[in-house]
Amino acid sequence: MDRSVYIAMGGARDAMRLHATQAHNLANSQTVGFKADLTRAESLPLNGPGFQDRVHAAQTGERMPDLSPGLINQTGRDLDIAIQGEGFLMVQGADGGEVYSRAGNLRVDTNGLLLDHAGRPVLGNSGPVSLPPYEKLEIGTDGSISIRGEGEAEGPLNIVDRLRLTRPDAQDLVKNPDGTIRHRDGLASVPDASVVVASGALEASNVEPVGALVQMIELQRQFEMHIKFIENSEDNDRAASRLLRMR
Amino acid sequence: MNHALWIAKTGLEAQQTRLAVQSNNLANANTTGFKRARAVFEDLVYQNIRQVGAQSSESTLLPSGLSLGTGVRTVATEKLFSQGNLVQTGNALDVAIQGRGFLQTLLPDGAQAYTRDGSLQIDAEGALVTSSGYPVQPAITVPQGAETVTIAPDGTVTVKIAGQDQATQVGTLQMADFVNPTGLQAVGQNLFRESAASGTPQTGNPSQNGLGALLQGSLETSNVNSVEELIGLIETQRAYEMNSRAIATADQMLEYVNNNL
Repeated sequence: MDRSVYIAMGGARDAMRLHATQAHNLANSQTVGFKADLTRAESLPLNGPGFQDRVHAAQTGERMPDLSPGLINQTGRDLDIAIQGEGFLMVQGADGGEVYSRAGNLRVDTNGLLLDHAGRPVLGNSGPVSLPPYEKLEIGTDGSISIRGEGEAEGPLNIVDRLRLTRPDAQDLVKNPDGTIRHRDGLASVPDASVVVASGALEASNVEPVGALVQMIELQRQFEMHIKFIENSEDNDRAASRLLRMR
Repeated sequence: MNHALWIAKTGLEAQQTRLAVQSNNLANANTTGFKRARAVFEDLVYQNIRQVGAQSSESTLLPSGLSLGTGVRTVATEKLFSQGNLVQTGNALDVAIQGRGFLQTLLPDGAQAYTRDGSLQIDAEGALVTSSGYPVQPAITVPQGAETVTIAPDGTVTVKIAGQDQATQVGTLQMADFVNPTGLQAVGQNLFRESAASGTPQTGNPSQNGLGALLQGSLETSNVNSVEELIGLIETQRAYEMNSRAIATADQMLEYVNNNL
């Protein structure tokens, strides 16, 4: 049988995988701070004896997130923050290293430690942010956290810490297997004072539903074309075997 | 089988959870002291299909790998403790908490519970109880023949008994506060229970040490914003439909293979 059937098979499989990525993006269309996964393919020549006439597509979807901003929704909660424009919040990953995050639905645990939605400590100027018991808390546009402690008199709030905000190069960022974003080479983050934070708001997922649905249709048709191709090679094969049949 | 089927399934489940949370919020839009909740989502782990740095030929490496996300999961449904609106009821035993803190009650099983619902009542023994009939802590008894009950912003409860000139103080309503109120466990009946995540209660008198003031004759409505919830419902429904669309597409792809090969 013609080997082209394997190339078509590879194409159909890749269309199916890309479809899975689109399904993943759509499943996360309501996840705060989620960044859509991008996929890309490159052509790889099929090496072997004889004339190289076959090129198959290889998906090289290193988890390069689409870093375009999501919509910012007002929630009014003092521990909800959204980053306006470019930039990231730094949180401590499971291995103790820094990871980048845009999900600003924060909370405080019993020890006063500031955590993100998944329980990862949020990093401030010097390590994880720890807050004393407070009556009122405000997070400024520059990420500074000011509080009025319990039982303190009304007056100006005291700044206790400042969120570690950075603006890394988008091309250096990749997604970890747990969905957090990290620097490709594991370099330490550099604080950037120009990152702007909006408090009382959350950044919605940046998945573009219409785009994802259209791409899903396209992938479906692409998949069908590959299957059609397999069908055609089967027909060719059948015709070839008929040629050799003794009358 | 196609990954997309199962990935989209996680999306449907997440939207269903969100719908349940939003329905509960809307159902309690008129519940005194109710605090609305929201579902928090997180993307699931990524699956490596091809490892970065795998061999693409004898002498070359793949510059990048291929991995697929596996969907979404609900990490938490967190309560949002923003202040509800205060409404005047004029009822002497209604108190609203303006600021942080919870009223404390004693459950029948001896455990402490905390509430923002200040629609208090007096039971047959004269004890001050919540609308579910659980006594407030520390216990306060209103003596028989009390003409008026006054609850001061600092929690002092005074009564004026018929035939007496002076009002007498019968107790103080104390309140409790938590480092992380979001960590409290909602148990229904407008009650919350302490949990490992909330921290231990710090009790004190109202209007002191950061605790809110008590307003007699008012109640705190739920902090549910109906418009926001309704928009959320639309969003949830559309996201649900999009995920089912992904399932339909995956199904059609497989159907096409089955019919044409």
